[in-house]
Amino acid sequence: MSEAASIREQWDDPVASGARVLSEGVDTTHRGILYLDGISVSFDGFRALNNLSLVIDAGELRCVIGPNGAGKTTMMDVITGKTRPDAGTAFFGQTIDLTRLAEPEIAGAGIGRKFQKPTVFEQHTVYENLELALKTDKRVWPTLRSQLDGPARDRIAATLETIKLLPDAARLAGLLSHGQKQWLEIGMLLMQEPQLLLLDEPVAGMTDDETLRSAELFLSLAGRYSLIVVEHDMDFVERIAQKVTVLHEGAVLAEGSMEEIQGNEQVVEVFLGR
Amino acid sequence: MMGAAFVPLAPAGGPRFVRLLSAGGWSFYVAAAVVLFVAFPILHLVVPADSALHVSDYWVTLIGKIMCYAIVALAMDLIWGYTGILSLGHGLFFALGGYAMGMYLMRSIGRDGVYQSNLPDFMVFLDWKAYPWYWSFTDHFWYAALLVVLVPGLLAFVFGFFAFRSRIKGVYFSIITQALTYASMLLFFRNNTGFGGNNGFTDFKRILGFPITAPETRMALFAVTGAALLGFLLFARWIVTSKLGRVLTAIRDAESRVMFSGYDPVYFKLFIWTVSAVICGIAGALYVPQVGIINPSEMSPANSIEIAIWTAVGGRGTLYGPVLGAAAVNLGKSWFTKAFPEYWLFALGLLFILVTLFLPRGLAGLLAARRKAP
Repeated sequence: MSEAASIREQWDDPVASGARVLSEGVDTTHRGILYLDGISVSFDGFRALNNLSLVIDAGELRCVIGPNGAGKTTMMDVITGKTRPDAGTAFFGQTIDLTRLAEPEIAGAGIGRKFQKPTVFEQHTVYENLELALKTDKRVWPTLRSQLDGPARDRIAATLETIKLLPDAARLAGLLSHGQKQWLEIGMLLMQEPQLLLLDEPVAGMTDDETLRSAELFLSLAGRYSLIVVEHDMDFVERIAQKVTVLHEGAVLAEGSMEEIQGNEQVVEVFLGR
Repeated sequence: MMGAAFVPLAPAGGPRFVRLLSAGGWSFYVAAAVVLFVAFPILHLVVPADSALHVSDYWVTLIGKIMCYAIVALAMDLIWGYTGILSLGHGLFFALGGYAMGMYLMRSIGRDGVYQSNLPDFMVFLDWKAYPWYWSFTDHFWYAALLVVLVPGLLAFVFGFFAFRSRIKGVYFSIITQALTYASMLLFFRNNTGFGGNNGFTDFKRILGFPITAPETRMALFAVTGAALLGFLLFARWIVTSKLGRVLTAIRDAESRVMFSGYDPVYFKLFIWTVSAVICGIAGALYVPQVGIINPSEMSPANSIEIAIWTAVGGRGTLYGPVLGAAAVNLGKSWFTKAFPEYWLFALGLLFILVTLFLPRGLAGLLAARRKAP
């Protein structure tokens, strides 16, 4: 059996097989949705990721925090296929090898990503942005022939409700405020119906009210979807985190609930500075 | 129901075809059709030559030629204005379509050439005894028509596949397209290539049996070109107003987001790139019988750059803009090269600089601004 397969087998039931356990508190009753094992990435000699290993269970809401340069965005790049790791394996579920697929294939497989800087289609209206993200057959010919049907319109309507951009549906996305663009991007992510959402600083630049709404939204999504949220806003993290992973210098420094992390001396020293 | 309250993506009411153009757009379209298919034929064929209203051979050929250029500008807008791919080698596809038609026209000369031989004059001059294999069947119009579509199309497809897959973008892509057209020009300059060398094909006698310089033939070619221009305009409108058109614009604006939304940009780019090349090829095929000559200078890098200039002057991303731009620049060129022939290139360069500085949205932007202003 290949090394990757044996690792996956161990992680499915680490206690029973007596293999290494990532850290205390890993819930062994859930099936994992994302397995990163020993991921290393170097850019011109600089080690962005250093033997990073991480498991996300299905339905989990994981917060990833860490100082700037810890490798959080690079980790997301590896998961979504933007960067190929120099070493290590990355699996989505039991069978999908993320290191072998291209970005559109990974997106189609069910991983959605929200970028640090809101990346929406500025020359399209809000409505069109959501239409383009809609989960459907995305090959050339079907796209040419596609017409919006009733269920699709309803989905877009429901998403516009959720992201509170209903009155702005016909506005060009480039004219939205920063916070509204963040919401639009989250809406586009929801339209894709991914099973794993990667959210890179989703509340950066949002008002307190919007941050609260985001927290409510993400909490409502957990369970049905799995989420990885990278954030710097500690209040926000406290509000939503079930489990927190701290990254430092490209590797996992600590993992656990918010209280455990805040009590961890290493983490405090490196990052929280309190 | 929720959905009904929304602003639809395109103006509601009527089938998709009707919605392709606005009411104003359709008025212009029908007016253009009337001018091209009714006014011009009457003024050229029926009105006597000494009347002030008569449209001369010169004008019919000039407008026909400009319409071919307008079709190319339209094709360029599809890939540059809407998809953000700047090709500086599109003249190659135009020229290849022209050469394919040219092969048929050379065959149609029959024995009426200078050397009274079954072979074209340039082959007799090179002392060739028979047609090379790639000239086979070119005496059949339908085969030549097939080549007009397949040669630029296949070349574009193969080139595009490798270029887009390798994620070549921006200036690097533009430079490679320049290199492609330049290399092809050098290839066609060689007599051994079998396409007439630096003289190319000329001295055509007939097309589909009709004498090529007769007024009726000229008018027919003019009308077919006009129909092609109007047809391609609607076709392009259909593409850009579809979901695929929105994906193309999205690729232009934020390609990474497009990828992460699940679309593979390679195939979308390849699609529009190949369509654009085929349209150029057809334009070339309509051009050659009207101007009566095709030679490798059509593949020159400067020609392809001019195509980009027409598109920029007209206004990228509007479809009608580049058509206007092609018309304006070429009418200007026609006048300028008679009045001050040595200075045309300077004028062209100056035009490009002025448009970039003062009219970034081109003529179409100017028209749109004037419509909005009180």
